[in-house]
Amino acid sequence: MIPLLLTLAAIFAELSLLAFGGGNTILPEMQRQVVEVHHWMSAQDFSAMFALAQAAPGPNMMVVTLVGWRVAGWWGVLVSSLAKFGPSSLLTVLALHGWQRFKDAPLRRTIQAGLVPMTVGLVAASASLIAAASDHAWILAAITALCALTTFRTRIHPLWMLAAGALVGLSGIGQ
Amino acid sequence: MNQPTSDPLAGHQAATAPAPVPTVRGLFLGFLGLGLIGFGGVLPLARRMIVEQRRWLSADEFTELLGLCQFLPGGNIINLSVAIGMRFRGVPGALAAVLGLITAPTIIVVMLGMFYQRFDNLYLRHMFAGLAAGAAGLLVATALKMAMPLRGRPLAILIATAFFFAIAILRFPLLPTMLVLVPLSIVATARWSA
Repeated sequence: MIPLLLTLAAIFAELSLLAFGGGNTILPEMQRQVVEVHHWMSAQDFSAMFALAQAAPGPNMMVVTLVGWRVAGWWGVLVSSLAKFGPSSLLTVLALHGWQRFKDAPLRRTIQAGLVPMTVGLVAASASLIAAASDHAWILAAITALCALTTFRTRIHPLWMLAAGALVGLSGIGQ
Repeated sequence: MNQPTSDPLAGHQAATAPAPVPTVRGLFLGFLGLGLIGFGGVLPLARRMIVEQRRWLSADEFTELLGLCQFLPGGNIINLSVAIGMRFRGVPGALAAVLGLITAPTIIVVMLGMFYQRFDNLYLRHMFAGLAAGAAGLLVATALKMAMPLRGRPLAILIATAFFFAIAILRFPLLPTMLVLVPLSIVATARWSA
């Protein structure tokens, strides 16, 4: 149990410090570690965990909690949450003091602008990996496409899209 | 006549009643509420709670603090809760705020996970498959929206594509990929925009 918890801690502490541009950028690396490196679950299961986390309220990184729970129960929840939220929070506390001076520095703007293309590439990678693992039937691919298009084109609340997807899934058509 | 003050916001804040400095308990409860109602993106709700309802920060202070939180790694809202808690009540405040934010969603998400694992029948499996497909669609839409500002910037598109290729197709680990591509991206972006 202890080695398992240490492994969880190491994975999520690293992800915590690499999550520039928010949580969605580190999904591919999380999936790689959880599915390909440690074989804790299938890619399809990982996508299901991500979907459950999206259906729950709160910050969008609750998939971390769910992975921790799935791998090592409540201890897994505690360790993965601490490891995921601890290091970046500590960095925030430390940065709070220097920010007043740094925020107007040209270097800050240069770095932040330079990170934008990375964020776009990583979120696109997240989307394609999660979609590939989720869409194992034509109807599921159709749900993904319709949800994507509707959310991109309109201001409809995302929760409605999830509910619609679940409902079409429940009907069993095409699965 | 306005009295000259050292704080340029003082006059503006006096127009409305100045909000008292939040207590540790207040920070916990404020973010607890946020964690419970924030479906599919907490940011707009966070702004309403922090600036308009509880008046912990002015609109400018909020924007400035959010700028820091977006610059640093980690979830924006998680970082924001830490920063606000720290600002008003030091380390106990930061802990109260971040714990308030994640406690309820943690319990809810684990209950959903238990449900998913315990009740394994065909109907539920179909339903969860549909839910997952919908969630994937939302992520695709997020990616599309984020990509729009890159239109007409071939270099930025090239770098984004390089990241996509390395991570999604080649399945390279993130850390080495970032160590190589991030400096390239920063230098290229700085040169291009100069």
